[in-house]
Amino acid sequence: MNNFQYSRASDVADAIRLLAADPGAKLIAGGTNLIDLMKENVERPSRLIDISRLPLRDIEETADGGLRVGALVPNSDLAYHPLIEQRYPLLASAILAGASAQLRNMASVGGNLMQRTRCAYFYDTATPCNKRSPGTGCSAIDGLNRNHAILGTSTSCIATNPSDMSVALAALGALVHIAGPSGQRTIALTDFHRLPEDKPHLDTNLGSGEIITAIELPPHGFARNYSYLKIRDRLSYAFALVSVAAALELEGNAIVEARLALGGVAHKPWRSLEAEAALRGQAATPDHFGRAADLLLQGATARSHNGFKIELARRAVVRALMQAASATPQSQAHKKIA
Amino acid sequence: MNAYVGTSTSRVDGRAKVTGAAKYAGEFAADGLLHGFVVEATIARGRIARLDTSEALRVKGVVDVLTHAHRPPLADKDEAWKDEVAPEKGSPFRPLYDERIKFNGQPIALVVAEDWETAKFAATRVHVEYEQEGFATDLESERDKAEKVDQPHKPRGDAAGALTRAPVRHEADYVLPTEHHNPMELFATTAVWDGSGGLTVYDKTQGVQNVQKFLCSVFGKKPDEIRVISPYVGGAFGSGLRPQHQVVLATLAALALKRSVRVVLTRQQMYSLGYRPMTIERVALGAKPDGTLDAIAHEAIAVTSRYEDFSRNDTGWAEQLYKSPNSNFSHKLVDLDVSTPCDMRAPGAATGVCALECAMDELAVALKLDPVDLRLRCYSDRDQSEDLPYTSKQLRECYARGAEAFGWSRRNPAPRSMRDGKELVGWGMATGVWEALQMPVAVRIVLTANGHAEISCAASDIGTGTYTIVAQVAADALGLPIDNISVRLADSTLPQAPVEGGSWMAASSAHAVLRAAEEIREELARLAKAMPASPLADLDAANITLTDGMIASSDGRGAAVSIADVMRHSKLERIEREKLNQFAEDKSHARNTHSAVFAEVKIDEELGIIRVTRIVNAVAAGRILNTKTGRSQIMGGVVWGIGMALHEETVMDHRFGRIMNANIAEYHIPVNADVHDIDLIFVDEPDDRINRLGIKGLGEIGIVGVPAAIANAVYHATGKRIRRFPITLDKLLE
Ligand SMILES: Cc1cc2nc3c(=O)[nH]c(=O)nc-3n(C[C@H](O)[C@H](O)[C@H](O)COP(=O)(O)OP(=O)(O)OC[C@H]3O[C@@H](n4cnc5c(N)ncnc54)[C@H](O)[C@@H]3O)c2cc1C
Ligand code: SF4
Repeated sequence: MNNFQYSRASDVADAIRLLAADPGAKLIAGGTNLIDLMKENVERPSRLIDISRLPLRDIEETADGGLRVGALVPNSDLAYHPLIEQRYPLLASAILAGASAQLRNMASVGGNLMQRTRCAYFYDTATPCNKRSPGTGCSAIDGLNRNHAILGTSTSCIATNPSDMSVALAALGALVHIAGPSGQRTIALTDFHRLPEDKPHLDTNLGSGEIITAIELPPHGFARNYSYLKIRDRLSYAFALVSVAAALELEGNAIVEARLALGGVAHKPWRSLEAEAALRGQAATPDHFGRAADLLLQGATARSHNGFKIELARRAVVRALMQAASATPQSQAHKKIA
Repeated sequence: MNAYVGTSTSRVDGRAKVTGAAKYAGEFAADGLLHGFVVEATIARGRIARLDTSEALRVKGVVDVLTHAHRPPLADKDEAWKDEVAPEKGSPFRPLYDERIKFNGQPIALVVAEDWETAKFAATRVHVEYEQEGFATDLESERDKAEKVDQPHKPRGDAAGALTRAPVRHEADYVLPTEHHNPMELFATTAVWDGSGGLTVYDKTQGVQNVQKFLCSVFGKKPDEIRVISPYVGGAFGSGLRPQHQVVLATLAALALKRSVRVVLTRQQMYSLGYRPMTIERVALGAKPDGTLDAIAHEAIAVTSRYEDFSRNDTGWAEQLYKSPNSNFSHKLVDLDVSTPCDMRAPGAATGVCALECAMDELAVALKLDPVDLRLRCYSDRDQSEDLPYTSKQLRECYARGAEAFGWSRRNPAPRSMRDGKELVGWGMATGVWEALQMPVAVRIVLTANGHAEISCAASDIGTGTYTIVAQVAADALGLPIDNISVRLADSTLPQAPVEGGSWMAASSAHAVLRAAEEIREELARLAKAMPASPLADLDAANITLTDGMIASSDGRGAAVSIADVMRHSKLERIEREKLNQFAEDKSHARNTHSAVFAEVKIDEELGIIRVTRIVNAVAAGRILNTKTGRSQIMGGVVWGIGMALHEETVMDHRFGRIMNANIAEYHIPVNADVHDIDLIFVDEPDDRINRLGIKGLGEIGIVGVPAAIANAVYHATGKRIRRFPITLDKLLE
């Protein structure tokens, strides 16, 4: 761990000023990811700007019937908030599928969006990694890549984004509110994370001096027909090998609207408008779900150890859509996949 | 009197543990305490070409950086580095000894600073250049370099010939991965400098006297100059049997700087200590159609380091279990550029019996026999290697009671035949076996006139419950309430005990307590008889017993005097007795514990998800001293067995020779959601031959057989035989 300076931001503008003043500075919220990475010498901020006391902890209804969630709302509070439970249970479920109760108590919305990959080489400073040290090479491509991406990879990085919450947010069409030196802006969650391309050291499109202030959920929460299905190496407290956020709007058995996003398979939550369009107007049947899964997984490529993920993702998509269609979402408390 | 032995007595140290009053090695304070942080090698083999500590030394708060080139003297003979548990063959690892790098993660420097964070920070400012050399860390690619070590058991008959002639054969490789212990408590040592060359060393260890002797020989100290204490151990499972490098480093730094020093390893750094070695187990069975065996051949190929030969008995267990006129066993080692493996719960058996029991299941399928039935047809009442009877062996009863509790008779033998909704249901079973060892242990009892007794012994309690069983046995033997007993353990100045391991400590310490208590009883009887007008005067000392705080006639006639009265009368404040208990050598019988494990899995085949919904483990292990701590032992073993079957695996990138999941987020062990019903049965197993109390020990038997029972259940559910552990979902989807 490096020595660092510590400042407590008094308000958002102060945080932005502090960021601009020290290019090596980093924001800290719950610290559950950043501190671990500092202990491993992966992150070596010259300064920590503590934003944990900024007034970004509200959950408010927006004029159009959506919700605006402050960037510092703890993951647990968000998952158990009555409005989230009633209107966006897909989001609540995805959050509860992640980490442990203790970690969710500390983790913030902003920190969750910004958490870094769990690629083992990224964590081990004794091995090459383009994401950690640009230009050194990617150890995973020809190495241990069982947990790695099958979609949207590049020749410089095949890491996945580990967040569960983001997968649900992508499916729901959430927005990210950002403040920075040149004012405020809003971008779609699906445009927030980026693919590695030739700059894998950049996880997101957040500018260097910018801070996430809130996320916004659109009015439609798919509260009836949804499921978050996470497949992992043990039944709790493990990162996803594959996860699926599935949401449907049904009239009888006909699909009016469909949302699908995959986690654990790419550098960002993976959504395909084409796959969703293919479901619209169709009957909610395993066949149609399978076809949508194929579209979603178009272009998936296997490395030496992660080939199983392609078929697993396909099956998980179908299962999650079945759970959604029958209004029997996957429970995150049961010791069983339904 | 038997008020406590055999009951479910709560842990006497339970309150101290849950309230935080119990202190662990890394928690002892000392004036002017310094903190050491270990710098580790990042290559697997080669030499340190340059090690520059100047920048680290300039960090404010850093006191010194010890390296091979800058340290006090260390012993230079291998013998001096061989602790009680060191492998016979080899040259033990010596931290900071020279510039050679033998494994990735090897400690190469110790940064010592006024506080831990400073030491940790400065450790990143130690600059190292290496001359790398070619290395190998992959057992499978080096398999053909395997060399045979000692034959664990003599061959009998002609196994190879019998195998070729056998009408029904099964032969396969089973691959068990490297596993790490991951005890909850981090490895830590606080070496407290006494100001004049002596040290009190608080260490996380399974054997304080082993560490004490080791430190004296490594640092050339006299026995009274180093004292080692380890009152509580937060799990060790074998990883604390040998002195680990943090104790050498803390001691080295304390001697170099003449100050107290604490070294705590990080979780990541603990992955460069010992581990259960990856092992390829080849098992061949030849049988007659009636389900009796003609031949058993078992070969194990395991990892060891280039500098020590570590091997355990993986292959010989069939000799204990299944009758076969021909058998052959061999254990081979492959030297790799890794640290030396070490014991881990049921070393050898957890892996070897897993392979054997999977193979037996495959043979049962080939023979179209029920797996329990096959085992009964080959059941051996004698240890075949020495052709000996057992002191006791209630394994038949384990099969019967386990099968009954599990509902085994309702099993449809056909794979894929049982379902529960979307899930396939599989029922599998396996046998477990372990040794019932006992070692010399000495115990001191000090009885005071107020009717309290202090029992002391150098043995460790590694979380297994030694404090509690010692108190139980003493309370019964001295006829005192357990609250009047205090137990002191794990201080090298206390009476002699070996390392706590091999499941031998319960029997060994209990009988040492009995020995010493017997002397106390004799003394009290003598004093009581000598009292004027003693109601016991005309009794033979042998007919006097201790009960309810009284010295009483054992014929129940009611004649009695209180301990307090006798001691007051004899003007004695205390009676002290110390006795070493040695078990008479008896080669006429074999001593083992046994178990029958039944497992139910439910599998979502589409997604490859396996749930272990039920385990019944029926254990025959002599007399159970404490049903509560005993159950906890077995329960922990079963959960670990679930981990062995489905989760645990240390993953190494052989291009770097580095472990890539050195943390407990990525090294998976079962979590609550992976554990369902566990039903434990202690089968009655009276054994008046093994020792006076009939105790066998429970530390390891709980894990043995569990992984195989689960793997066999997975086969029964799916028809897929997965011989490479752990059984992760990708293997099921293949
Ligand atoms: C053992 C373990 C298991 C886990 N398992 C899971 C899992 O299964 N699924 C899952 O989804 N997650 C999992 N997590 C990750 C966890 O969700 C994240 O660590 C957490 O969400 C991060 O939030 P935080 O507030 O603590 O972030 P911090 O650690 O404080 O910050 C993380 C990053 O976000 C930046 N940041 C924080 N707030 C803002 C902001 N407002 N604007 C801009 N940047 C910001 C920081 O600068 C930093 O770079 C696990 C973590 C651990 C340690
Ligand atoms: S996959 Fe990405 S994060 Fe992992 S080693 Fe390659 S470049 Fe680094």
